[in-house]
Amino acid sequence: MDQLFNRKYIVQGLFIVVALILLGKLFYIQIISDKAFSSAESNVLRKIYKYPARGAILDRNMKVIVQNEPVYDLMVIPNEVKPFDTLGLANALEITIEDVRKKLKKAKAQSPYQSTFFERQISVQSYARLQEIMYRFPGFRTQDRTIRHYPDSIAGQLFGYVKEVNPDDIEKSEGYYKPGDFIGKSGLERSYEDFLRGKKGVINTLYDARNVAQGSYANGKYDINAVSGDRLISSLDIRIQRLGEELMKNKVGAIVAIEPATGEILAFVSSPGYDPNQLVGKDWGKNYMSLIANPYRPQIVRPIAGQYSPGSSFKPVDALVALQDGAIDPNTTFFCPGYYMAGNHKVKCEHVDGTINMQRGIARSCNTYFCHVFQNIITKNGMKNQRQTYAHWHEQISKWGFGQKLGIDMPFEKKGIFYQADHYDKIYGKRWGYTTVISQAIGQGEITSTPLQMANVMAAIANRGYYLKPHLIKGIGDKNVVKKEYVVKNYVGVDEKYFPIVIDGMRDAVNSPWGTAKESQIPNILMCGKTGTVQNPHGKNHSVFIGFAPMNKPKIAIAVIVENGGYGGSYAAPISSFIVEKYLTDSIKPRSNGYTVKAFAETNLLPALIDKTKKVKPTKLDSLKLKKADSLKKVKDSLKIKPAVLKQTVATKLKVNQPSINNKPVTNKQ
Amino acid sequence: MIQQQGNRFFFNVDWITVLIYIALCTVGFINVYASIYNPDKATGFDFASSYGKQLIYVITGVILGLSILLFDGRLFNVFAPFIYGATLFLLVVVLFVGRNVGGNQAWIPIGSFRLQPSEFAKFGTALLLARYVSTFNPKFRDIKSIVIAGLIVLAPLLLIMLQPDTGSALVFLAFMFPLYREGLSGYFLLIFLGMIVLFVADFLVPTYILILILTTIGGLFIYNNRRKQKIIISTILVTIIAIAYLFVVKIAYEKVLAPHQRSRIELMLGLKADNKGAGYNVIQSQIAIGSGQLTGRGFLQGTQTKYGYVPAQSTDFIFSTIGEEWGFVGCSVVIGLYMFLLLRLINLAERQRSTFSRVYGYSVACIFFFHVFINIGMTIGIIPVIGIPLPFISYGGSSLWSFTILLFIFLKLDSNRMGFI
Repeated sequence: MDQLFNRKYIVQGLFIVVALILLGKLFYIQIISDKAFSSAESNVLRKIYKYPARGAILDRNMKVIVQNEPVYDLMVIPNEVKPFDTLGLANALEITIEDVRKKLKKAKAQSPYQSTFFERQISVQSYARLQEIMYRFPGFRTQDRTIRHYPDSIAGQLFGYVKEVNPDDIEKSEGYYKPGDFIGKSGLERSYEDFLRGKKGVINTLYDARNVAQGSYANGKYDINAVSGDRLISSLDIRIQRLGEELMKNKVGAIVAIEPATGEILAFVSSPGYDPNQLVGKDWGKNYMSLIANPYRPQIVRPIAGQYSPGSSFKPVDALVALQDGAIDPNTTFFCPGYYMAGNHKVKCEHVDGTINMQRGIARSCNTYFCHVFQNIITKNGMKNQRQTYAHWHEQISKWGFGQKLGIDMPFEKKGIFYQADHYDKIYGKRWGYTTVISQAIGQGEITSTPLQMANVMAAIANRGYYLKPHLIKGIGDKNVVKKEYVVKNYVGVDEKYFPIVIDGMRDAVNSPWGTAKESQIPNILMCGKTGTVQNPHGKNHSVFIGFAPMNKPKIAIAVIVENGGYGGSYAAPISSFIVEKYLTDSIKPRSNGYTVKAFAETNLLPALIDKTKKVKPTKLDSLKLKKADSLKKVKDSLKIKPAVLKQTVATKLKVNQPSINNKPVTNKQ
Repeated sequence: MIQQQGNRFFFNVDWITVLIYIALCTVGFINVYASIYNPDKATGFDFASSYGKQLIYVITGVILGLSILLFDGRLFNVFAPFIYGATLFLLVVVLFVGRNVGGNQAWIPIGSFRLQPSEFAKFGTALLLARYVSTFNPKFRDIKSIVIAGLIVLAPLLLIMLQPDTGSALVFLAFMFPLYREGLSGYFLLIFLGMIVLFVADFLVPTYILILILTTIGGLFIYNNRRKQKIIISTILVTIIAIAYLFVVKIAYEKVLAPHQRSRIELMLGLKADNKGAGYNVIQSQIAIGSGQLTGRGFLQGTQTKYGYVPAQSTDFIFSTIGEEWGFVGCSVVIGLYMFLLLRLINLAERQRSTFSRVYGYSVACIFFFHVFINIGMTIGIIPVIGIPLPFISYGGSSLWSFTILLFIFLKLDSNRMGFI
């Protein structure tokens, strides 16, 4: 008996072992692994997002320029769909029965038990029709959302567009964006996305095993109310923006106007433009494709992505830097025989002025004068130290913003070309001097800048020595927050005393009988400016004008580029004058020379497309091309460009050939 | 003496066990309430609802248990063959008049009430087995006694298999342990264990590798005992039987088991994954239990429980409610209560003077053990889904009452341990 009594321990031992096995497994699934917990959450918890209204944008006079408009989506939860009147739904939506089936199948493939889009942005009529018969379609529901509306139908490139997020955006946002969300993809919509989008609301709802909603989770403790996006106040003056777009009709080019005292951008015209309402809603795809197909490339934001040689409009900067440098003094004169000889290379002048001083040199845009100025700067420490003086000069000019991004609050800003001395060392070794780079004296050749940079230069001259970072948004939210960086003065390194002589020259350019822009004189307003005629190896020269007004206490600085417009005085300057006058007086008085806004608006300067059967090469448009002086190119070719340089050239060309907005990296998130 | 007289019926009753019984019934009621609770329809207490019925079952169960204590313990010994016979009869009857619920012909409808004979067959069998062992005092060294004991157990088992209710039938294997305690060779347990191991291994490992392993073990064993002819022969026999078993199992598995049983086994062994079909119960049950974490979501806070994600929530899968709402702590308490009960029952059984009481006590303990192990093991996925209730906790009158009868008959026998049976 005793022996069998011991079997008690075996039985009890077995009980204990089994109990420990059970506890061990429980310990694993309850405490060690959290898989079960998250599965339980996903079993019962559905997050329903509430979309906030996107922030509105006002212009500087508090006129609404970007607002929201309600649209309705038809949503479906495929699992809750019961057999329904397919024809009825098809009729209400004005689609075919086939489409209904297809869409349902697609929604099912996406998720059988989550609410997914059945039809986006149904028309108001469809919505009204559906409202009455909705009860016949279990599993379907309508969802209202807002989309963007741009009442003035202008400044498409400036505002950019809003589009449904792609997988890339979702991944980068680290959990903020969910499929079906919208995000600013370009323009202000993109750069101010974080402010405009607001905060999504979340309603946590519990669902039972039959997928019937059982009410809110934890009494709504974890629910979040949607918060509307911040309202933005733009620095734009919609009056001159509209005037600018009108004047630039049928022309390729750009206008940038800046308030010098604040750096606020008053007008930001990119031509050809498009109606931003085209890139809203259902027709986005169709309209976007037609924009892409347009040979004049309206999707390019020319004020910041168009890179033009500044041409003669570079001369005032040249003069100011030379004065600061002591290379010349305000009274220095040179002799102009109608050309300047840089070694064997002849730089032509449009006129033969004989002995000419600075003020007149600016007003007359004398190439010879500025070639001499440049020569003086580069050779002031002797012929042997040209490289060093060039480097110093480069540094001085860079302070004006050439060759670098100004950091405007728009994505995809370009910096233009402005080579350092090293660049020329690579190409020419030690054998280069002022004659090699003389074209820069007159803003040609290997120097390009964006219209924004040119307007900014004008703002700096108008301020007599400094600029504020140009920006498009001057107030964020109800408190009108201004970014700190926008109130910092950036000095260009030229003392105030050197400005009057240059400004006098610029005044004469517009207001004297010998000025290059004398046709653009504005009644009762002293506008100072400088014309530029940018050599264009592909066709008619580009017309450039930069200026500011009034001469004392300037209120507006402006840069206008009209591609294939010929002389600066013929298109860019008159267009500038209209905009300046409109901005300063809110009206345009009749001009003695008979120039009218209407006449300019009607002029067509679009370059002819060479061969309509062939695809138009993007190289046709100089705004897209990085210009190289032909002579320089030949030298380069003969010297065998290093592979690195070659690669760079190819790369830039490739970029130019595919100017798709989506592919470009974010350059500036400010 | 006077006190003993006045308390004759409840004299010497092990009240600690009764307390554990009441504790488990309370746990059961609370969790049945929680698994049925619907916040939208939370009105007053409703006796027509499942938890209302469960409360009635618990109260009547306690009354039933206490009234069993009023019987003379000797009656159970005397009437054991009749009780056994009656339950067998009911098991036969149910095959003809039974109502088919969930594929099993297991219930006899009596008015609005349904009787499940298989639940009552357990204590009938336990009583007769105890009677047999106490009367003939076999040591299970001879084939005859093993066959008789085997028949006592197998008769109800096979009848239940015919319903077919495999889960309830499996519980009858629990009688192996009382027989073991009374002298059945431990080899039977080892053989049984070996059969289970080989069964599982047969699915996970290719058969030829198993044959290789078995012959290697056999060969080594023979080599170690190479001078003992008897051992060599029996080893060879065992090895051959084991190998034959492998093939028989494969064939029997395909031919005998129903498809749903096969898929449950395959799921448990991880041979197939099926989140929506057969595997749904187990996965949802594990999710519910796992989401309880250390301390649980709290009473009535279990989302999986409340929103019907676990099927058979109040009956076979009641443990998932405990796991979700009370967490690891609650599970440990419940398992602890069971272990306390089981170990105490064994200890009580061992203190009996009469063999009848001891065998019966072991039977009760081991039946409870099987139910607890299989039921909880099933809800956490270490045993294939076998639909048997968790004693005292699962919703249902038949099971609660039969467990109560099982337990209280033993408590009555125990209270008579000083007397004679």
